[in-house]
Amino acid sequence: MDNIQYDMITALPEIIVLSMAMFILILDLFLTDKTRFFIYVLAQFTLFAAAYFTLTTHTPSVGYSFSDMFVDDALSDVLKLMMYLSTSLILVYTRNYIKLRGMFRGEFYALVLFALLGMMIMASGQSMLTIYMGLELLSLCVYSLVAFDRDNVKATEAAMKYFVLGALASGLLLYGMSMIYGATGTLNISQIAAALIDPTLIQSTGSHPVLILGVVFIVSGLAFKLGAVPFQMWVPDVYEGSPTAITLFIGSVTKLSAFAMVIRLLAQGLQPLALDWQGMLLIMAVCSMVIGNITAIAQTNLKRMLAYSTISHIGFLLFGLMSASLNGYASAMFYIASYVIMSLASFGIVLLLSRKDFEADKLDDLKGLNQRNPWIAFLMLIVMFSMAGVPPTLGFYAKFTVLQAAVQAGFIWFVVFAVLMAAIGAFYYLRVVKLMYFDEPVDHTPIQPSADMKIVLSINALALLALGLMPQSLMTLCAYAITHSLQYPK
Amino acid sequence: MTMQKIYLAIPLLPMFAAIIVGLFGKQLPRATAHVVTILGVGSSFVLSAIVLNDAMTAPAYNATVYTWLKSGTLTFEVGFLVDRLSAMMMVVVTFVSLMVHIYTIGYMHEDKGYARFFSYISLFTFAMLMLVMSNNFMQLFFGWEAVGLVSYLLIGFWYTRPTAIYANLKAFLVNRVGDLGLLLGIAMVLYYFGSLDYATVFKLAPDFAAHTVYIFPHVPWSLMTVTCILLFIGAMGKSAQVPLHVWLPDSMEGPTPISALIHAATMVTAGIFMVARMSPLFELSNTALSFVMIIGSITALFMGFLGIIQNDIKRVVAYSTLSQLGYMTVALGASAYSVAIFHLMTHAFFKALLFLGAGSVIMGMHHDQDIRNMGNLKKYMPVTWITSLIGSLALIGTPFFAGFYSKDSIIEAAAASNITGSSFAYFAVLVGVFVTAFYSFRLYFLVFHGKEKWREAKGDSHHHESHKVDTHDENNHSSTDAERAHDSHDTSHEDSSHEEHHGLSPNDDPHEPGWVVKLPLILLAIPSVLIGYLAIKPMLFGDFFKDIIFVNHEAHPAIEDLTHHFNTVLHTPAGMALHGFMTLPFVLAASGVLVAWFFYMKRPDIPAAIQHRFSLINKVLENKYGFDSFNEKVFARGALFIGNKLWQIGDVQLIDGAFVNGTARLIGKLSGVIRKLQSGLIYHYAFAMIIGVFLFLTFFMKT
Repeated sequence: MDNIQYDMITALPEIIVLSMAMFILILDLFLTDKTRFFIYVLAQFTLFAAAYFTLTTHTPSVGYSFSDMFVDDALSDVLKLMMYLSTSLILVYTRNYIKLRGMFRGEFYALVLFALLGMMIMASGQSMLTIYMGLELLSLCVYSLVAFDRDNVKATEAAMKYFVLGALASGLLLYGMSMIYGATGTLNISQIAAALIDPTLIQSTGSHPVLILGVVFIVSGLAFKLGAVPFQMWVPDVYEGSPTAITLFIGSVTKLSAFAMVIRLLAQGLQPLALDWQGMLLIMAVCSMVIGNITAIAQTNLKRMLAYSTISHIGFLLFGLMSASLNGYASAMFYIASYVIMSLASFGIVLLLSRKDFEADKLDDLKGLNQRNPWIAFLMLIVMFSMAGVPPTLGFYAKFTVLQAAVQAGFIWFVVFAVLMAAIGAFYYLRVVKLMYFDEPVDHTPIQPSADMKIVLSINALALLALGLMPQSLMTLCAYAITHSLQYPK
Repeated sequence: MTMQKIYLAIPLLPMFAAIIVGLFGKQLPRATAHVVTILGVGSSFVLSAIVLNDAMTAPAYNATVYTWLKSGTLTFEVGFLVDRLSAMMMVVVTFVSLMVHIYTIGYMHEDKGYARFFSYISLFTFAMLMLVMSNNFMQLFFGWEAVGLVSYLLIGFWYTRPTAIYANLKAFLVNRVGDLGLLLGIAMVLYYFGSLDYATVFKLAPDFAAHTVYIFPHVPWSLMTVTCILLFIGAMGKSAQVPLHVWLPDSMEGPTPISALIHAATMVTAGIFMVARMSPLFELSNTALSFVMIIGSITALFMGFLGIIQNDIKRVVAYSTLSQLGYMTVALGASAYSVAIFHLMTHAFFKALLFLGAGSVIMGMHHDQDIRNMGNLKKYMPVTWITSLIGSLALIGTPFFAGFYSKDSIIEAAAASNITGSSFAYFAVLVGVFVTAFYSFRLYFLVFHGKEKWREAKGDSHHHESHKVDTHDENNHSSTDAERAHDSHDTSHEDSSHEEHHGLSPNDDPHEPGWVVKLPLILLAIPSVLIGYLAIKPMLFGDFFKDIIFVNHEAHPAIEDLTHHFNTVLHTPAGMALHGFMTLPFVLAASGVLVAWFFYMKRPDIPAAIQHRFSLINKVLENKYGFDSFNEKVFARGALFIGNKLWQIGDVQLIDGAFVNGTARLIGKLSGVIRKLQSGLIYHYAFAMIIGVFLFLTFFMKT
């Protein structure tokens, strides 16, 4: 039975999160509104414990368990740690917001933890089935979270759209998986890769068209999760419609899981078919940058603008992935990590500015922020500069490394194009800065953030500057995760 | 202290002094400025002397001190090449700089920018030392630009004067042209030789002698010719050769000490030094050498003519500098690099002396620079008088004086050279001897002898430096302009920090300035007399430049002939001087002096009559052959015209109109259109997804 015991330890963080989520769900029944703060503490503690065990059980080597359906490698560990950290930040940022809107309930925390569990499983999925299961767990939680404020018409509508389109995308993904399974005869990621390299496979079965079909559907499913054009339609509506607390969740940490899924499926499983999916990623990258950047200009709603900005960022991320090299994946991981930090800070500021019955999600709400609260305006300035890719912020290095990887892969003209798009994108980020610094405030309500939120948010935003000045640490971490987990030559 | 540390200390000491004085000059007591910088430059001078002494016996030192950056196979380094050539330059630079530092205490003692001035000249010393000590093209270019920068700053030192700003802008722009040539030359070197290191490039150069490049299709050019001419264009800018000479006369707007240091003794000779350093390259192209020689002889002759009609004491010396630089360039063209360097050295001493003497006269005359208002100053300023006489005698090439040895050698070298253009060069340098003697002694007689003309009062305050308003160098008009300007601005003079615009009033006597001024004059007068006698044998005919300057004696026999002549006929420097009395150059020089004396002492009506009779020639000279007006009409107006057109069509219509605002409008429109696609209807969204999958399928299934 030694084998089983080992299995359990590999999945220890998942087990902790799962048990705690269920415990919170039950405990919540026995708590009153006054003591409910304990749930928050418990949720934060869960994240801490999970992080602790992820770190202590970490080895650079790769460990499989649950009949090779589950993997514990450097990539999954690093991604999970990033997930804990961002979820923890999310909990800090959202506490006040949900309290003011009657959403401060045990279910919220339980759903967040279940969603986190789903993401962790996606990060550790070594079988298409595991990955799909993780994805569905995450998706279902997120659908419910979007509709959490169930009397809010906009939120319910957004949840409905998200759910229907998400189901369609899941269907596409599952369909693609079944094709791959049909062609290779296995669900296991590494075995798929091995089967695809085997030259007899295609000759004997003549299954290349089937494989392509599978790749197209899988890529489409993934693209939906990432929010890449033309599967991006849900993004602006859901971002805008959801309560900002949930937008923060969708806009940040779930992108890490989507990235994990892309790496597991494309980079690990379908790497031999890279020549086929590279082209698809390229088209989506270019379209995402165009649509994302250009449409963002016309937005008046800050959350919607950030949604389009996400789409354009995803375009950049795809640029890194498209290189289909270890270097490219590492740069993509660096990009997604940077994006998550930026996204947390930007939505965090929106949350901070919001009050009861006031969402602060209009661009005009930022007017004259510098006069109202110079420190927060400064933090937003850093975030916007970073999103626009102004050196020396982290966003600059993120774009830089991704484009560098693309240049090495030979996509020079697309890189030129990407830089042009980034220049267009700079417009709407800088417009925010202009609004904050050069316009007169329309709203003079004092801003009174809680101390913990203000401190954490400051660290969050300043990290963009600090990491921008010293990008090497994060870069090394990403390279470490990628090189120790993907085992094939460059 | 090892030698390497000494090499490092030599440029760094003046730099630190410049930084200290430049940054904290205002806070520190006034005297700190000169104490600190003189200590820095003085130590540099002593160390340079030690280095020169060491270099006489030790092999050349060539090493990298610091690697600045590596890019691929290309490295940019800071390195020193210290051999006898650079050691000699270091001594000359630091010595003249030291003299000028001391002199400045007196010359600038009332100026507000006292500390700033010292900081600049120390910084200049650093830059010039980096230039001459360099062992690679990158550092050469750094030094080249750095001395150019300081020169720019110093010409415009009195930045409230419009003429100074005009002059430094002009110097800056003209030097841009030259520097572009240099930069292209360096680029050619880098492109073909793959290295910026002198030693590597010189070693590779002979292999490329027959190499051709195509700048225009089907027209082969010799690589070495193109490279050398490009490098020489750089030298033309810095060393003020025709037609890039126009900035040097105007640079006289700067304070006199820097005219001596930068625009006579050191910086303007950087081009000469550079070509001599590059002798292994220039030897490979006769075409380039001919080009060098012709440019040099044109400069030597025609710039000399201009010296004759100048009335501003500094401008006379400035034109003489131009002409002497032309002499050096002729020597370079004749492959007599050592002669050019030799003349560079002697010239540095006697021209610095002449400039500082002129500065002393200007101080004595209360900042009146018009030589027509001077006269008989020998009575009041004996030290200045004697030292200026020594300087002038050295300049015109009187036997035994320093200038004689170098100048005579140049003339001999031009005679011995056999490349295209050498006969014209010989003619030019010969005629130049007469011209030089004439204008030098015209100046000398007008200033130090004759009547005390400032006493023939034209009215109290009507003597000015003509350059106050003399922007376009139209001397005839300038004095009246100046008077008019002065009458209307009589009271506004206090805003300028210099009360120098008042000449001497008729009842005043000029006074010789103090010892800080006299000492440098005396110390410079000594080498102006002796250095040629002492140095000619080792430098020209000995081993001084062995393995440093490369000459292909078979193709370019000039220096070989000179050596032969010296060894068989003259034997000693004294013999050369004695022989010098019987040669054509001496006759020409002597007649130049006599004519000057006759014209300006005996029969002052003759020059006026000549001026009247040959008004056309006079006009041509006064317009300086029209270089300035040509530049102004063609280049300045042309550039303005093109700029305006480009601005109207390119900027306003194309870039602002079509690109900037056009794209903004286009993107704005596009943005609105795409926004409409986001209908909010779920089946539209699903449809978009299906279309996406469908497109992917059709596109990728095919391939």
